[in-house]
Amino acid sequence: MNINNVKSEFPILQEKLKGKPLIYLDSANSAQKPKSVIDRISKFYKKEFSNIGRSVHKLAVTATNRFEETRDLVKKYLNAKSREEIIFTKNATEAINLVASSYGEKFIQKDDEILLTELEHHANYVPWHFLREKKGAIIKFAKCNDKGEVDVDEIKKLITSKTKMIAVTHLSNVTGAILPIKKIVDLAKTKKIPVLVDGCQGAPHLPLDVQELGCDFYAISCHKMYGPTGVGILYAKKKWTDILPPYQGGGGMIEEVKKESITFPESPTKFEAGTLQTAEVVGFSESIRFIENIGIKNIMEHEKKITEYGIEKLKRNNSVKIIGEPKDRGSIISFTIKGIHPHDIATILDDDGVAIRAGHHCCQIFHEKIGVAATARASIGIYNDKDDIDMLCKAIDNCKKIFKI
Amino acid sequence: MELKELYQEIILDHGKNPRNKGRCNEFNSDAEGYNPLCGDKVHIYLKVGKYKEVQDSSFEGEGCAISLASASILTEIIKGKDYNVAKKIIEDFLNMIKNETKITINSLSDEQKTTLMSLSGVKQFPMRVKCATMAWHTFNTALEGKK
Repeated sequence: MNINNVKSEFPILQEKLKGKPLIYLDSANSAQKPKSVIDRISKFYKKEFSNIGRSVHKLAVTATNRFEETRDLVKKYLNAKSREEIIFTKNATEAINLVASSYGEKFIQKDDEILLTELEHHANYVPWHFLREKKGAIIKFAKCNDKGEVDVDEIKKLITSKTKMIAVTHLSNVTGAILPIKKIVDLAKTKKIPVLVDGCQGAPHLPLDVQELGCDFYAISCHKMYGPTGVGILYAKKKWTDILPPYQGGGGMIEEVKKESITFPESPTKFEAGTLQTAEVVGFSESIRFIENIGIKNIMEHEKKITEYGIEKLKRNNSVKIIGEPKDRGSIISFTIKGIHPHDIATILDDDGVAIRAGHHCCQIFHEKIGVAATARASIGIYNDKDDIDMLCKAIDNCKKIFKI
Repeated sequence: MELKELYQEIILDHGKNPRNKGRCNEFNSDAEGYNPLCGDKVHIYLKVGKYKEVQDSSFEGEGCAISLASASILTEIIKGKDYNVAKKIIEDFLNMIKNETKITINSLSDEQKTTLMSLSGVKQFPMRVKCATMAWHTFNTALEGKK
């Protein structure tokens, strides 16, 4: 599939808003879905649906196979060692909560330290905060520099003999910085500290090889990968899935239940309680095929080109200030306009059919650091092109006109 | 032309040059409002008299043009009003945003009514309603806080 024709694969991008074409620049929030994903979910409900892993009828077998085939596909895509390492969750938030809860329960004691960065999304802070409240753990934040990057040395500085977890984002959803995960993992390994990577923004835009990265946990948000909502993935190294206790209890995750005791099966079953989002998981298999068809390297190259074009063009506008200038960056451009609040920007842009996000993007720690309550953010996906950036810039000019700037 | 209704001249003016910004002298009641979705903040300060009449009012805060204009217009219009009148203005305003009703209260001049009604355009932007109403709810809390 040629990346230049990719827009036509997304039905929603053919829609018009108040007669204007939709310019979708909010993929870091959630990405739009290609027709193949939408059709797959529909087909599953029309022809194959049943609950999985329980009944013996033909539909149950088909549905279970489709579901487990997706797990195999994910395993291959991430280059995980075994399928036991791929756990389906309802979202990346739940994936991180699972680790914080199960790992925390077993391994975190009072005064143990959890090391995060100032760039973390609330999803990679709040679950650890619960642990701080519950167990008396200490949370430390590695500093980000004025370019919006986190250097490995900032993490190194904070490691002590009490550090029991390093949890970092792969790609900042505000500054776009790609963190040096490999270096962080190498450092952590020398101290025997597990590393969790929040891959919400990394997974849709960067090549992934969890064995090469070497991290212990990697959390994925499928709806940001052009997949359905309601699906997240936790990659967890087998050495952890073997010893971590179950996260939630319920049907499907048990081995044997007696009045006095309960035993649990191996991963992933022990971590997947209750009926899962079956159709959505099956639908996600098409997201992976879609990405593989285009090729993640081509995606990266394309998004880099559009992002660079966007930054260069926005910089020419004197009123626009770009937030964060990391050397190694993903396709995220956060900015402010002098004299116009980001919410006003977003509303006015929306009137021109340009969808961006405004606010603190669930990163209040970072916004507080830079002393700005809110920023506007344009995030670029597979389907965006230079015309979209031109429309963004035109809409920004319109903002300035309305506000007489 | 919905956008023009939202960003009327009067709102842009109050947004750029908010009136009554800062802490008013001798305030004796205050309240804070916060919108967790966007991080907008407002802090209302009141000097309330013996009969809960609003002798002075002001605000501090950061936010979008709509929220700043709303706090500015609010503090300007309610300043000097008796308790009952202040409550009625707040009720009328919130009803206007919620139910598209008009501002009916007699004790306001036509110009003041027009100023208040300039914020009614926000109805067509559901995600922005809270920007316009937060200061008013916070004002109400501050007013009720003073017994």
